[in-house]
Formats: sequence, structure tokens, C-alpha cells
Amino acid sequence: MSDHVNPIERFLRMDRMPHIWCPGCGIGVVVNCFVRAIEKSGIDRDRMAVVSGIGCTGRIAGYIKMDSFHTTHGRPIPFATGLKVARPDLSVVVLSGEGDLISIGGNHFIHGARRNSDIKVFCVNNFTYAMTGGQVGPTAPMHSIATTAPYGSYDKPFNLPFLADSSGAVYVARWTTYHVRQLARSMTEALAKPGFCFVEIVAPCPTIYSRRNRLGDGLDAMRYYKKASKVVNGANTRMVGLELKGPIIVGKFVDRDRPTLLEAMNNEFIPKLGKKYTPYPTGVNR
Amino acid sequence: MPKADPRGVLSGVHFLDGDQACCEGALAAGCRVAFGYPITPSTAVVERISRRLPLVGGVFVQMEDEIASSIAIQGAAWGGKKVMTVSSGPGISLMMEHVGFAAMTETPCVFVNVQRGGPSTGLPTLPAQADMMQARWGSHGDYEIIALCPNSPQECFDLTILAFNLAERYRVPVMFMMDEAVGHMTEKVVIPDAKEIDVEQRRLPEGPKEDYLPYRAGENMVPPMAPLGEGYRFHVTGLTHDEKGYPAMDAGAQAELVRRLVDKILLQADDICRVEEHQVEDAEVIIVAYGITSRVVLRTLQMARDKGLKVGVFRPVVVWPFPVKRLRQLARLGQTRAFVVPELNLGQISLEVERIAAGDARTVSVPHAGGALHDPPEILRVIEEVLG
Amino acid sequence: MSTTQNAPRAADRRILAVADPTRKAERKFRGEVYINRERCKGCGFCVEFCPTHVLELDQGFNHKGYHPPIIADADACSGCDLCGLYCPDFAIYGVKVKIDAGENEELGHAQG
Repeated sequence: MSDHVNPIERFLRMDRMPHIWCPGCGIGVVVNCFVRAIEKSGIDRDRMAVVSGIGCTGRIAGYIKMDSFHTTHGRPIPFATGLKVARPDLSVVVLSGEGDLISIGGNHFIHGARRNSDIKVFCVNNFTYAMTGGQVGPTAPMHSIATTAPYGSYDKPFNLPFLADSSGAVYVARWTTYHVRQLARSMTEALAKPGFCFVEIVAPCPTIYSRRNRLGDGLDAMRYYKKASKVVNGANTRMVGLELKGPIIVGKFVDRDRPTLLEAMNNEFIPKLGKKYTPYPTGVNR
Repeated sequence: MPKADPRGVLSGVHFLDGDQACCEGALAAGCRVAFGYPITPSTAVVERISRRLPLVGGVFVQMEDEIASSIAIQGAAWGGKKVMTVSSGPGISLMMEHVGFAAMTETPCVFVNVQRGGPSTGLPTLPAQADMMQARWGSHGDYEIIALCPNSPQECFDLTILAFNLAERYRVPVMFMMDEAVGHMTEKVVIPDAKEIDVEQRRLPEGPKEDYLPYRAGENMVPPMAPLGEGYRFHVTGLTHDEKGYPAMDAGAQAELVRRLVDKILLQADDICRVEEHQVEDAEVIIVAYGITSRVVLRTLQMARDKGLKVGVFRPVVVWPFPVKRLRQLARLGQTRAFVVPELNLGQISLEVERIAAGDARTVSVPHAGGALHDPPEILRVIEEVLG
Repeated sequence: MSTTQNAPRAADRRILAVADPTRKAERKFRGEVYINRERCKGCGFCVEFCPTHVLELDQGFNHKGYHPPIIADADACSGCDLCGLYCPDFAIYGVKVKIDAGENEELGHAQG
């Protein structure tokens, strides 16, 4: 082997490798796409902060060589909002799992989107609480098996793009870890776009979700994503719910514009307060 | 030490209640970002903050709940700001996980608790002091915090500044324990010139960035805190971590870290504790009181001395860490026969007093379930019983 | 599924016209793939999704007991680095190498 170094290593805390993710887990793929997106975006990684919650995906914060925060379960979004308010000049990215962001974090998710907090939220959806052994989650498909739903889940799962869309997110996309180029491109677009940008990433959990539901291993999951996915950019988010072994609608569904939290604050205060108010920096160049 | 930014200092003589004065104290201390959620009797603090912060270059956002508020302030703290949130009873309970997160990650921040009757929804509009143990033990695990108890609107101004300074110096969450009486009482508050107000800044790292270890203790057992967005590439986690800030899942790392978090406060209690004493030199009974009750007992003290009883008052201004050294000294004085501890709860700080007195003097609690203040004569009756 | 799915569509006919074997000599880039055998956890993504089938799984094991990829057809590698994008263990990546009459100038997917 030559002294060639994998270009991704300069973005990783190599002193913490190997990581804890299982063979065939999709989270490492998400890291690749995220790093590619940072490179393509032209944003200096030292002008960016990564915030995660708790769970397998939440461990990304600890492996990526940037200012990063591994916060409490369900709460990366308000932490990120606070961070962005303090430092609007920095890019703030939330990388966390669906259990963290949508179940315990659900309230913060909808309010973050409502406020159009200027943060990018990349949500890995592997349909389970993997880190703690595979409990049922808010996106677990009906009839899927989990440790806390041993006879099959009977709760209707959330349709994440619809939830994000109806809460007011300005950018909503879904890809799977099969769609690496499109995912990197969506992340790049989100990094460049002001406002609450949401990307759902369907990813395999071979050790727990796939195995317990007899869906094969990571490669089987990826083959399924390739076969079952249909790119429908601009799809009506109401119609993109997921079912066990069903089709996966992927694409960029929502891309619209409205003032971010800090822009809206300025818009409200400038006319009302006049000279008494110095416009607060928003970090947005429109 | 740096002085306050005049933009946030409302110098002059004012007539304010404790809630309003607390807001002004925060602004004078340099707070420019706050997040909160309404709950009686704390709401007036954030209402005033929401009016004042935009006029001094700051931002207030009312978050969706107390859980969001208590973690949003920490994001902003890591963004370099001095931050505060405000709540009471049920909201403080919700915030407890994040008090623990602040302690574990050494995030400077101020939590204001305008205490009201509890438990649960309790007495929203009436005073109590029943969250004192919660302030100290409310989150899970071993950690220490600092808690201050003002007893007047003036102190709500002055001690809020101290709260911020201690938070920055020790990189710790500081619990500002007001109560509904102090919060809603209106009194004269004198706000000095900005140049008379000392404000403390967190210590920044020195030396090359590659050598920086985010959780290696510097002076005062406190690690310097790296600024965000300048290439330090630090990692912060609530998991037990090593000096690099990396998760370290073993008993050795746990012992080292948790021990330091506790020692950081307890071994430097001399610098942190502040007490007020009245006539303890010859006292046979020393009243231990804090917060609003410390004002009530001044009347009791007067009544007792008028009757020739040798009574004194020991008032912890900083309740956590508790002034163990001084109280132990007082317990061992020859003439000290008893500590009488009136508080608006069924006995919380009295437990601490009893533990510290360790039998050198009796400890007599004067409990009160809350909702009103003690009557000075009520406390005097207890003192007279003790003296026999 | 449509019954005409196997009939070449207009777009396909265009692609067939371009992929003329005699044009191979004009290729400006080739690829090189670097494999870190010991990091690999044998998920198989790189082998599956390499568009030109450069890789196959080794019959042998690495020290962790996984079958890492080996290069089956080096000439087929275009340096697209899809393997690098797919690898969850950061164990493989491809680089584009410029073919320039004796000089090989390497271009990674990232600059700097």
C-alpha cells in the first residue's frame, strides 16, 4: 500500500477509530455524504458546528473533527437554535436519529420548523431505537417487530416529510443511503439555503431492525432501497408515507422561502422600534 | 476585572420588584441572550427581558417549553454568550436533566427559580422555599452547583450579577433561588454606574490549538473554555469523558471527572460562600434563615433581644455550597446551644444544619408548608421553648 | 411493470451510440482504488454498487474475520469514488488519475 491517505480522514477523529457502527449500518454512509456536502458547499468546516442527540446516529458528533456537541436525548434542535442565535455567522447542522428528533424531540422539531430556525436537520431514519436494543419508534412501520412491540407495531408511523412540510420547513427531502450522490447534493443545497432545512435519510440497521424483521442484512436493505425507491421531486408530502416492504418515494419535496427566525425578528422590530433597535445579525445573505 | 457594558446598565434609583430587578441584574452582568417559558411567579422576569434585550443588542426567544429553554441557553453559552433562563416549580423540575447536562459539560449558565408552593401545580401565586434540596440534588448523578438566595429586590439585582460571575468563573450552572415574596415585592433598587460593576469572563485557552484539551483543568480546577468557530474543533458530550472531551466509558474516567466536578465547587467553597451574621458572638440560639425568611427573622431577633434573650442570626446568602466551615465553627462555640431553622418548607436546610452541627448544638426546625410567611412571634416562641 | 420495458428507448439508443469501444483510446482519466483491508467489515456495498464491477469479495479474511474487497478488474476503474461514498467504514476510496502520455496526474474528488 502506498502512503495514500483516504481523503475523508482529515474530517474524522482518527484517534477514535474504529467507530461503533455495525457492519452494513448506513450511518457511516451518511458521514461520507455529509463530508462531501461540506466540501462542495465551500463552507469552512471551522465555521460550522455539528449538534447531535442520543442514539447511534448521535455518535456522529463524536467522530467528526469539527466543533461538535453530543447533547441530551431529543434536544439537539433547541440547542442548535440557541447556538445559532448566539453565533448567526456560523453554519449549524443537526445530525440525529428519528427516535431522538421525532419522538422525544417531536415538540422541538415542529417548533424549530415553525420558527424557521436557521439550522440544517439531517435525520437518519432506521425505524428503530437501535442503540438501546431495538425498541419501537415513531416511524416503525405497522406490523414491524421490535423489543417493545414483540407482536408487531400497531401505531401508525409518522410520515416525516409531511410532518416537516406541515410544520413549515423551507426545504424537505428524503433519500436513502443508496442514493449517495443525491443525498450529498441535497445536503449541499440545505447548507446553502437559509431556514429550517430537513433531509430524511432512510438507512439500514442490519443488526437489529433488518434482522428482527427478517429483511436480510445491510446489503439486502440497500438492494431493497434501489429497487423500491422512486424519485418524485416535488411530490405531495402527504403521499410519501412508508410501509414495511413498500415503495419508497424519494426526492426533494419542498424548496420554498420565508424569513428565518432572526430575519423575522428584525422585520418585526425595525419598523416598531426604529432607531432604538440595532438590527441583529442574521447570518443570511439574500 | 472588566466592567459592565453600560448599554445594559440602567443606572439610577428605581422602584422595582424582585422579578424586574433580576432582569436588570442579568443585563448589567452582560446577559444578551435568554430563552424562557412563562410560569407564575417568574413570568415577569422574562416579560421584562423580552422588552429590554432587543434594546441592548440582545435576543430573547420564548421557547416551546422549559426543556427547550434550558438547553437553548446552553447552545448559546457555547456560542460565547452569558445566558439565563427563568422558571418556577413545575418548570424547574422539567429543566433538571439540563441542569445536570450543564454541570457535566461545564457550561456556564444561570437558572432562576422564583419558588412557589408545591409539589406539582401547588400554589402558583404564593411563596415557598421548598425547592432548596432540589436545587442541589434535582438532577441524577453526583455533581455540585452554586445556589444563591436573595432576600430583596436590591439583592435580586446585585446577586444576579454575582450569579453570572460565579457561573463564568466556575463553569457551572448557578441556581438563583428567589421566591414569590421577593419576586413580587417592590422596593427601592439602586443601580450604580456601569464602571462600578465588575463582570467576570470565562477563561479562554492559551497556546496552540492542537494542544488544547477541552477538559483538562486549569487554575481553579476549571478548564479554559474554547471559543466556537475558531478551529479548536472540540467535542462536548454529556457522556463521561476524558480530558479530550471524548467519551470514556470506564470507572477510572468516571472517578476522575466526577470527583473534579464536585471538588471544583466544594474545595473552593471559601471563595464562593457568602454569609450575613447578626449578633452571633454571644448568641445561645442562632437562627439560620435564607431568602425571604431571613428578613422575617430580623424582627424575631429584635423581639428576642428586647426580652434580653441572647439570639443571633446566621444567613447563608450562598446556600449551595453550604457554608459548612463557618456553621461548624458557630456550633462549637461554647455558648451556642441550638440552631433554630425556620424555612418555608417542612425541613430541608435544617437537615444540612443538623448534619453539620453534628450534635455540638441542637437543631430545631420551624417548618412551614408554604403559601405565607412565618410570623416573627411564632419563631420567638420556638426560641423561648429551646431556651427553657 | 410495462411490457415494453426491455425495448430500447430513444435515450438508450443514444447512449449505445456513444459507448463505442473504439473510443476507449481517447479516455483522459482512469481510476485507482485504495483498499484498507483491516478496516473493512465486509458489508459488500462497494462490490455491489461499483458501476464498472471493479471489485469482488476476497475469499480470504482480514483479521476481524470479514471478507474485504479485492480488485477484480483494475482497468475498469474510472476513479468515480462511489465506493468511497458508500463505504460505512472508510475502508476504500477511488481517485481519478489523469492519463497524459507518461504523466499521471492524480485528481481526487476533493481539492485540498
